[in-house]
Amino acid sequence: MDVLKKVPVREQKPEVRAKNFEEVCLGYDAAEAVSEAERCLNCKNAQCVKGCPVSIDIPGFISEIKSRNFEKAYEILSDSSALPAVCGRVCPQESQCEGKCIRGFKGEPVSIGKLERFTADWARENGIVPKSDQEKNGRKVAVIGSGPAGLTCAGDLAKMGYDVTIFEALHEPGGVLIYGIPEFRLPKQEVVAKEVENVKALGVKIETNVVIGKSTTIDELMEEEGFEAVFIGSGAGLPRFMGIPGEQANGVFSANEFLTRNNLMKAFREEYDTPIMKGKKVAVVGGGNVAMDAARTALRLGAEVHIVYRRSEAELPARVEEVHHAKEEGIIFNLLTNPKEILVDENGWVRGMTCIRMELGEPDESGRRSPVEVAGSEFEIELDTVIMSLGTSPNPLISSTTKGLDTNRRKCIVAEEANGATSKPGVFAGGDAVTGAATVILAMGAGKAAAKGIHEYLSGK
Amino acid sequence: MYPIVKKEKLADKIFLMDVRAPRVAKTCEPGQFVIVKMDEEGERIPLTICDYDREAGTITIVFQTVGASTERMQYLNEGDSFQDFVGPLGCASDLVDMEIDELKKKKIVFIAGGVGTAPVYPQVKWLHEHGVDCDVIMGSRTKDLLFFVEKMEKVATNLYVTTDDGSYGFHGMGTNQLQALVDEGRTYDHCVAIGPMIMMKFVCLLTKKLEIPTVVSMNPIMVDGTGMCGACRLTVGDEVKFACVDGPEFDGHLVDFDQAMKRQQLYKTEEGRAMLKLQEGDTHHGGCGHCGGEE
Repeated sequence: MDVLKKVPVREQKPEVRAKNFEEVCLGYDAAEAVSEAERCLNCKNAQCVKGCPVSIDIPGFISEIKSRNFEKAYEILSDSSALPAVCGRVCPQESQCEGKCIRGFKGEPVSIGKLERFTADWARENGIVPKSDQEKNGRKVAVIGSGPAGLTCAGDLAKMGYDVTIFEALHEPGGVLIYGIPEFRLPKQEVVAKEVENVKALGVKIETNVVIGKSTTIDELMEEEGFEAVFIGSGAGLPRFMGIPGEQANGVFSANEFLTRNNLMKAFREEYDTPIMKGKKVAVVGGGNVAMDAARTALRLGAEVHIVYRRSEAELPARVEEVHHAKEEGIIFNLLTNPKEILVDENGWVRGMTCIRMELGEPDESGRRSPVEVAGSEFEIELDTVIMSLGTSPNPLISSTTKGLDTNRRKCIVAEEANGATSKPGVFAGGDAVTGAATVILAMGAGKAAAKGIHEYLSGK
Repeated sequence: MYPIVKKEKLADKIFLMDVRAPRVAKTCEPGQFVIVKMDEEGERIPLTICDYDREAGTITIVFQTVGASTERMQYLNEGDSFQDFVGPLGCASDLVDMEIDELKKKKIVFIAGGVGTAPVYPQVKWLHEHGVDCDVIMGSRTKDLLFFVEKMEKVATNLYVTTDDGSYGFHGMGTNQLQALVDEGRTYDHCVAIGPMIMMKFVCLLTKKLEIPTVVSMNPIMVDGTGMCGACRLTVGDEVKFACVDGPEFDGHLVDFDQAMKRQQLYKTEEGRAMLKLQEGDTHHGGCGHCGGEE
């Protein structure tokens, strides 16, 4: 065994998985996990922990794996993270914990993500749930949204003894973990539903089908229902479109709609009523993780799929692993390409798209080289489906119905990074509702900070 | 779970249900809608609120069986429950936010077509309860499809019932009735039209000519209903709007109906397939022109 290399992880073969919705990565077994754990140098001044938004004691849990004490490893994980089986699968470890791993200077970093996943999966398979022996203090806190930010905040507050209720607008808890990230990256029943159960096991109540801002308001929760503090983790919101001709044609979808139909409504399964367009030739416009998810979903539904992205491969915002998997499965990347118009047939359906070639110019304020059009390079591609994956803008439902809650120029809720406090006393916020579209783990970090902020606020009251 | 406390068949393929949903009943206003999901496999179906009882905590919905889920929904009975029932969604009718004195000065006419009678009813009832007069034209294809005639009579100042085939009331469509009233010298300065998109389109063409500002309630395809998926987008004037958060009511003279009607067809074949599967089960092997079974 080469100590400079990660223990390889087993995956479904690309040609097989391109036709099913089963999980792509099969994870480590116990023997593989132990030998990967042995690569950890157990650094005294562990850099990996500094790279983790929820500060998991990484050398701590890995040491326990080394000595095959998996239950203890899970306890250490659970101290910091409410969703280890999720994070082990979807965190961008390469730019966080693993990006800082000392092993990575010479050779490959320790596969921290896969070890986290192994530990959480082992605990689930062996029926181990996180414990809370904290006595309840009877003080009520409301959490809006049951995505990564909300679940983390609720779990942490419950561990401190608070009486927490999560209000979820959709019919199933989990937020983006349920409607956004597909089954083949994050199994819903085995992983997400179980992690939600674990949060409930800490005493958290979840009320689905409640749209805050419509069914009731934050002011009513605080004034009439006795909640002393509120955390807003309502997520990103309205999908963006490009504003090009033809965008309202039949066959143009937001990635949110396409993924929601498939993931939340399970349109890919015969026995469910919700329909989905199984295109024959699909273009996904955008280069983020959501674009990869939409593309790989369309592929599994039977389409030829193109990613259309205006910059080059180096600028793709998606995780390297996702891009790699997408390519393996046969997604075609049309890089340095930008749509100009969606072509529509006489019945109002998509028939193609006019695109233009791009080249990279000077770096813009984000530091990325900004793409500029190559004059006269327009060309047409034939398509029947276009999926727009261009990010989202904040949903105004909560900010417009809560007195004294400030938003910024981009209409995101203003909240302090350290403790999630907003302009309204007792109201805290975090995750995409504050930052705009970001990652699961950043939302969890914000939920964690806000739980601490709420505890401090209520302790001083 | 959200129990059904009353069920009634109003007409062929049209059903009424009172559903216990206290949070929705507490805050809803005329013009808003709910999303119902009957069970794990069901679709999320948006339905405009037809009536509400704040004390009993119930919401009245009316639906027509048009797709796989509504087809199954008709077999739910009193005592059964919806797995999910969320709302109120969308914005309340503009009328609700206006000053009562202002409203009393207005000459309002409602035009309801088909199942559109259901969402018109709570608005007319609300105006009646606030002492505001309004005329109502309600129409359907034929007598057997009419419902709520007596209920509407109690709350409308003048009620005009029309049928396309003349089997009841005025022989013709809602637009013909409106034209006839205007020809008689009746004047209106506010129109609310709710019904099938094609009917709302023709009402708007007429009211534009008659210079009567017209509000329509749009019912496009939706998934989440909270502004997340963008399925319900439509063009109003030169802006793209989401019916679920910006609507469902819009200025009818600005709505691009032709586009909206095309978008309505999006899942017709997919839905057709699901319906056939439901009705004919494994025995269906093509011939419908949709499923490809003959290929």
